[in-house]
Amino acid sequence: MPLLEPRPTPSARMRLLSPLIAIGLTLAVGSLLFLALGKNPVEAFTVFFVQPLSSGNGWSELMVKAGPLILIAQGLAIGFRARIYNIGAEGQLIVGALAGGGVAIALDGVDAWWVLPLMVVAGAIGGALWGAVPALLKTRFNAEETLTTLMLTYIASFTLSYMVNGPWRDPEGMNFPQSIMFGDPALFSPWFEGMRVNASILIAAVASIAFWIFTSRSFLAYQLTVGGLAPAAARYAGFSAQRTVWVSLVLSGLTAGLAGVGEVAGPVGQLNLNISPGYGFAAIIVAYLGRLNAVGIVLAGLLMALLYLGGEAAQVALQLPAAITGLFQGMLLFFLLGTDVFVDYRLKPRPKPAYA
Amino acid sequence: MSIPPPPFSGPPAGIPRLELSGITKRYPSVVANDGIKLKVGPGEIHAVLGENGAGKSTLMKIIYGAVQADAGQIQWNGREVVVANPAEARRLGIGMVFQHFSLFETLSVVENIALALDEPFDLKALAIRVKEVSTRYGLPLDPDRLVHSLSVGERQRVEIVRCLLQEPQLLILDEPTSVLTPQAVQKLFETLRRLAAEGVSILYISHKLHEIQSLCHSATVMRGGKVTGTATPSRETPASLARMMIGRELPVCEVPAYTGIATPALTVNKLSLVPDDPFGTRLQDIDLEVHRGEILGIAGISGNGQAELLAALSGETTSTPDSVKLVGLPVGHLDAGRRRKHGLAFVPEERLGRGAVPSMSLADNATLTAQRQGLVKKGFLRPKAAWDFAKRCIERFDVRCGGPGAAARSLSGGNLQKFIVGREIMQQPIAMVVAQPTWGVDVGAAAFLRQTLIDLSRQGVAILVISEELEELFEICDRIAVLAEGRLGPAVPKAETNAEKIGMQMSGLFAPADKEPAHATA
Repeated sequence: MPLLEPRPTPSARMRLLSPLIAIGLTLAVGSLLFLALGKNPVEAFTVFFVQPLSSGNGWSELMVKAGPLILIAQGLAIGFRARIYNIGAEGQLIVGALAGGGVAIALDGVDAWWVLPLMVVAGAIGGALWGAVPALLKTRFNAEETLTTLMLTYIASFTLSYMVNGPWRDPEGMNFPQSIMFGDPALFSPWFEGMRVNASILIAAVASIAFWIFTSRSFLAYQLTVGGLAPAAARYAGFSAQRTVWVSLVLSGLTAGLAGVGEVAGPVGQLNLNISPGYGFAAIIVAYLGRLNAVGIVLAGLLMALLYLGGEAAQVALQLPAAITGLFQGMLLFFLLGTDVFVDYRLKPRPKPAYA
Repeated sequence: MSIPPPPFSGPPAGIPRLELSGITKRYPSVVANDGIKLKVGPGEIHAVLGENGAGKSTLMKIIYGAVQADAGQIQWNGREVVVANPAEARRLGIGMVFQHFSLFETLSVVENIALALDEPFDLKALAIRVKEVSTRYGLPLDPDRLVHSLSVGERQRVEIVRCLLQEPQLLILDEPTSVLTPQAVQKLFETLRRLAAEGVSILYISHKLHEIQSLCHSATVMRGGKVTGTATPSRETPASLARMMIGRELPVCEVPAYTGIATPALTVNKLSLVPDDPFGTRLQDIDLEVHRGEILGIAGISGNGQAELLAALSGETTSTPDSVKLVGLPVGHLDAGRRRKHGLAFVPEERLGRGAVPSMSLADNATLTAQRQGLVKKGFLRPKAAWDFAKRCIERFDVRCGGPGAAARSLSGGNLQKFIVGREIMQQPIAMVVAQPTWGVDVGAAAFLRQTLIDLSRQGVAILVISEELEELFEICDRIAVLAEGRLGPAVPKAETNAEKIGMQMSGLFAPADKEPAHATA
């Protein structure tokens, strides 16, 4: 017998509060974890959440990491609202990076203002095309996008590996799998000396505003939302299900591709195998943590970026393994999904036993 | 207790088979059952009469153990019991035939029955027993046939035989005739009378007064979760029963004559469609014409192509341009949104999830189809306009709700239907297609909706109504056609036909003069 029953009217307030409760639970279980590892939780959390923000460079790093997360999550949220589950943003990010990086490599030595904008456009197109593949497979062959997007991520990742091991390998790179370092015209220049924060976060900022207007006011976003909430109602109203698939996947691919260019033309400065520390996957958590809402995603992206920084600091200061970042991300998603269940459902009292 | 009518052969006095007292069930937002008392003797056919939402189904689920009561006692053959789950109910000898069947279409009859048994079985021996029981009670069934090839009436037989195999002492039937032709209803009644004569008690849930009068020995009437009375149906009139059921007089529709010019507005021309769904119905050569100022009714049992025809009319499935025409304009190839632009409105059978998005507000649900009424401008939503539109719709069509901001799912079935019908009417359609307009709607709202449709047609709108309720079609339609096995019979003026003729056609037997005989199917 199921243990849960639906609530008659889920509380709107609890729906907004559930991410905060999930954060609280993550911190609580995190404390137990630190205790079990023989660390003082207060000290550990200071290292995790306070230390990274105690310097200018810390804030710069926060922005560097939050930028791509927010940008990708904004695109993913559009699809998630329509129940189109693109979980291959990582692959679209890589293809965007490859397209933008390819432009940089081809135009190496060209000193013109338009190199960087061209890279950005190429990255956006690359990511969008990589998102269009599962859209085509879904609309044409009804192939599940959760599988195809993920599978395409592996193809993208092996393509990157092939390119930096083969055609695009830096001849003077001591056989490391990496491309040449991009020239200045192909890079976002840092805003502050010695810090990595640069103009690419403006893309995330502009995208957040655009997505906020799009989701709250546009008829197209309304149609996508109806398609997600009640597919039969969308058909009844004459909203195209195919367009929903295309818009969702192409748009999220585009934002992921932009994030990819931002990385290779920003902090990384070349193509190599480490252009993304899993931003494409972490952005899924960011999108849900932000309630698929443009403003919420900005806040969630900042928190997730802090988790990345805290994880790095914890490795250095507390000698904790690198897995700590993934562990905290996982816990956060787990508790968020858990609290969400209890927004819509409640525990059902067990029926009294029979005595007939 | 009064003396029952002649066919009642069970012992009138003595211990009742089932006696409920003080049964109460509270849900978070409603008290579904409030101190219910009910008594059924052996061999008694007892009606539980009430409108949708009166608490009948909850009560039956409590008896069958699918739902637990918060308070009250159940006496079974004079002994107090707690029915913790349906398996326990079956062990006690309680069987239930649900309104919606739970059969696996890809399995055979006997396999389906075997799946529902609580004890181990031998398929061959079981097939023989199925055959025995089904012939004995006049419910002929071939145990080896696959369920998907059975008609709805035959599927119901499977459910009944499934119950009978367990030799129940009490059989509960929830709205069993809503899926049957008038002829099949008569057969079912014969079976039920025979069962009662053998001492089986029957609880018969319905809101159809004439059925209860012809079948049941006694009745318990419910309204708003409470018992409002008990009656001997044969001594009552439909009006007096209705009064007990709804608490006032049964409203009657006014049908004025149309004074305008009756030009064709919606035409279907040789429409044939093969369904995507392997268990769907193939539409064959559908021809129909609905004129301005009239209501054309399509009778028939669901599953005979109703869903497919509706989708083909609304544009949810498309066909060749000329197969559907709107005032002469070919629209067969257009999707639902484009057809609406040309003046077609559509009210689907499923209100929540198709006619409206459950979690969205009424204002947002206005935008679903009424975008062209200024609710969207240059690709952007106009929330204020949507709010005003919803507000006007709520006022004009008397929708009881918390205002334009109320979520669609917070409305009762009848009020949501009024909102959807209102939303479609406010788009000033040329033709309107309505499926099951009053399905699951209380009597008051149903009368309002029927009158609304009649009035709309008299303003020059062509209306097509698909309904399973024959009485409803006879009340509001000008002409009636029957859809059976994917073929549509001729539309006949209401005065020239009757329930019996229509029932014949529902079984696929069109009169030869009207149409090719049914065996002409390839």
